[in-house]
Amino acid sequence: MTTETGKSRLIEDMKMHSGQDPNGCYQCGKCSAACPVSAALDLKPHQVLRYLQMGLENELAESKTPWVCASCFTCAARCPRDIDLARVMEGLRLSILRNRGGNKFGPAELTPEQLEKLPQQALVSGFRKYNK
Amino acid sequence: MPRTGVFICHCGTNIAGTVDIDKTVEASRNFPGVVHADEYRYLCSEMGQDIITKAIKENDLDRVVVGTCSPRMHENTFRKAAAEAGLNPYLLEVANIREHCSWVHKDMEEATPKAIALLRAAAAKAALNEALEAPRLDVEKRALVIGGGIAGIQAALDIAEAGYEVDIVEKDPSIGGRMAQLEKTFPTLDCSACILTPKMVEAAQHPNINLLTYSEVDEVKGFVGQFDVKIRQKARYVDPVKCTGCGICWEKCPSKAPSEFEMGLSKRKSIYVPFAQAVPMVPVIDRDSCLYFRKGRCQICEKECPPQAIDYEQQDEIIERRYGAIVVATGFDQLDPTIYGEYGYGQHPDILTGLEFERIFNASGPTGGKVVKLSDGKPPKKVVFIQCIGSRDKARGMNYCSKICCMYTAKQAILLKEKVPDAKSYVFYIDVRTGGKGYEEFQRRAAEEHDVAYMRGQVGKIFPEDDHLVVRGIDSLTNRNIEIKADMVVLAAATVARGDAPELGRLVGINSDSYHFFNEAHPKLKPVETHTAGIFIAGACQAPKDIPETVSQASAAAVKAIGLLSKEKLQGEACTAEVIQSDCSGCLNCEAICPYTAITPVEIEERYKDGVLKRTVAEVNPALCQGCGSCAVTCRSGSINLKGFSNDQIMAEVDAICLQR
Ligand SMILES: Cc1cc2nc3c(=O)[nH]c(=O)nc-3n(C[C@H](O)[C@H](O)[C@H](O)COP(=O)(O)OP(=O)(O)OC[C@H]3O[C@@H](n4cnc5c(N)ncnc54)[C@H](O)[C@@H]3O)c2cc1C
Ligand code: SF4
Ligand code: SF4
Ligand code: SF4
Ligand code: SF4
Repeated sequence: MTTETGKSRLIEDMKMHSGQDPNGCYQCGKCSAACPVSAALDLKPHQVLRYLQMGLENELAESKTPWVCASCFTCAARCPRDIDLARVMEGLRLSILRNRGGNKFGPAELTPEQLEKLPQQALVSGFRKYNK
Repeated sequence: MPRTGVFICHCGTNIAGTVDIDKTVEASRNFPGVVHADEYRYLCSEMGQDIITKAIKENDLDRVVVGTCSPRMHENTFRKAAAEAGLNPYLLEVANIREHCSWVHKDMEEATPKAIALLRAAAAKAALNEALEAPRLDVEKRALVIGGGIAGIQAALDIAEAGYEVDIVEKDPSIGGRMAQLEKTFPTLDCSACILTPKMVEAAQHPNINLLTYSEVDEVKGFVGQFDVKIRQKARYVDPVKCTGCGICWEKCPSKAPSEFEMGLSKRKSIYVPFAQAVPMVPVIDRDSCLYFRKGRCQICEKECPPQAIDYEQQDEIIERRYGAIVVATGFDQLDPTIYGEYGYGQHPDILTGLEFERIFNASGPTGGKVVKLSDGKPPKKVVFIQCIGSRDKARGMNYCSKICCMYTAKQAILLKEKVPDAKSYVFYIDVRTGGKGYEEFQRRAAEEHDVAYMRGQVGKIFPEDDHLVVRGIDSLTNRNIEIKADMVVLAAATVARGDAPELGRLVGINSDSYHFFNEAHPKLKPVETHTAGIFIAGACQAPKDIPETVSQASAAAVKAIGLLSKEKLQGEACTAEVIQSDCSGCLNCEAICPYTAITPVEIEERYKDGVLKRTVAEVNPALCQGCGSCAVTCRSGSINLKGFSNDQIMAEVDAICLQR
């Protein structure tokens, strides 16, 4: 997935989608300290930023973090360097889906009961998050 | 026709590497009025200056053009060389063929004609140059120091020791500043009061120092050597001559208000001295809380005061005095961390700022020097320190590093261990920054010998639960979320400029950076000068700094002030503005724009038809004018000329470049 210039396509796409530059992060960890789902993340938010800085795209593509992220925006509100981490996560999800093709999950993977019970709003926001 | 000489410098290869010197000399010979042209490797050297002096005499030159570096570098050098040969120095003109030509071009084919054009312009201007005289100005041999913290005290002592009179204007009732609030000081842990108080007393007793406490600067006019300053000495309601500092008044006073000195952690009386070692030991009455001023009854202090020093009728007093130099040393404030909701500052008594924690250690502080929680008076067993609160934060705080908090946090953690041996402290940090003599060693002692756990990471939330504070952070070296049940949290809040710094800067006439710290004239080579001649800065009003750095800077500012005061006369500006009053329409746009208030309206009489007409026109005071030229470009009728840069001279330069292309 690396382009001729040595840049990672995944990461360049993430930057384009999110408008955020990972190099602005100085690894204070405040995002990870504040994140309500931090304990459930295999890569903490500040690690995601570090991996982006180091160009570790395969590890990022494998990580569960972007998918577990609740998009609560707490990290973005706390970051002293004005990095909108929630957008970074969103950008990553989008880039991962577009680069590998196919959605993370779609209506076909839901049982009829689930489809019936889940409120429409939840379905829409779920598809928005997990589909390209 | 003038007799002009042109001298071109190689500046080693700085100019000669890109400009064809021989061609340039040849071309110069053909400029109108040029009777002599020469070149040399280094014109600024003694040999180089000799060449100019000799040529002026031998060729009877009455104008000189040098093609060299920027006039900022060597204009004075060459003017002196011209003066040596008996020429008025303002008849010399500099063509900057280094910064404006050789340094910004690579190609000799292109740089050479440009150098020639610049020289031709300079020769055309020189032909119109007039002999000018710089006025000689008096120097008032007295300095004003604004702010009586350690910076102001040190600067005043040094100036006074050199034999000059100094006034210190301090807005608070006592001198001492922030250093008086500190417990012990890094990196040697000597007690702050023990090293500060002797200096405060020395300043008070020095025959050359005059303390104006509880005073503020209202107005600054004039210029270097002659600043006319209005100082407002606020009414203390206590006669300082009669008062003996016995303390009976504040003992008996029934009314209380939060103590500013104790950061509001305890109360003081309405008549008070801010702290026990205050200098002068003369109380002030705070009108806002005093029962007599609020409700018209009480007057206990008046009744109790043995020498009858209380005077409710006292008024603010305006002192007008002239000073040769001013040192601004107004120090810093601490950022208010309430903007960070996640830290809960202001919502729990055991969440403190660094400065508040200093007071908790202090024997005369709100807890009498016992390190205890303000919530329940028990000693804290787990204390969490968080660094960089509001510093290095471009989103909600200050983008800079506050420089002192890494060190004072280590200090406070060590002091905590000394006072409460079974206490455990945790420090959340992003980076530990301890540049300075003995600083790194000091911080490592905290971590290695005083059981301080340094956690690399930040805190995301603090909230009270049962009888403790839950601190949620991360250790980014293990990537683990950390939860600490703390008894106390200390926030290393950013060092910020004083709230009134922009206003003071405007009043005094110096500028500041985007954070309102006062600007030095050059970040490396003029660290205590400002862009206004005769005004110097020292201490934390310039940028965050610790005591050793503050004291060095204060002494540096003092030396600059002393150098100025020791001069018998100052050379004023020769290139000042001049109004051609017959052309002036009297719109006075120039008066409004002049930053030095050098322009005033005057009434003149003019012959008109058969009678006489009175009209208002502008006039420039050459002693105040700094030659900035703002008025000249504002004037709609073009009736202001800046001497040495007149409209004709500028046009001659433009023509010399454009018409010869
Ligand atoms: C919590 C904490 C701990 C610290 N510990 C240490 C330490 O251990 N070692 C160390 O080296 N440094 C320490 N420092 C830093 C130290 O406090 C400063 O370096 C020092 O106080 C700077 O002195 P200053 O005179 O420039 O400013 P200040 O101390 O702020 O003094 C300025 C003075 O000017 C007066 N003033 C302000 N505005 C005006 C005005 N408009 N007109 C008239 N007067 C005015 C103020 O009232 C004040 O008296 C610590 C700082 C903090 C916050
Ligand atoms: S947006 Fe995601 S990573 Fe950021 S705080 Fe919320 S859950 Fe955590
Ligand atoms: S809060 Fe911002 S600067 Fe700090 S680690 Fe997270 S992204 Fe980086
Ligand atoms: S008048 Fe009363 S309240 Fe006011 S300062 Fe004197 S003693 Fe205190
Ligand atoms: S000195 Fe240390 S605590 Fe203070 S802002 Fe700088 S890095 Fe942060």
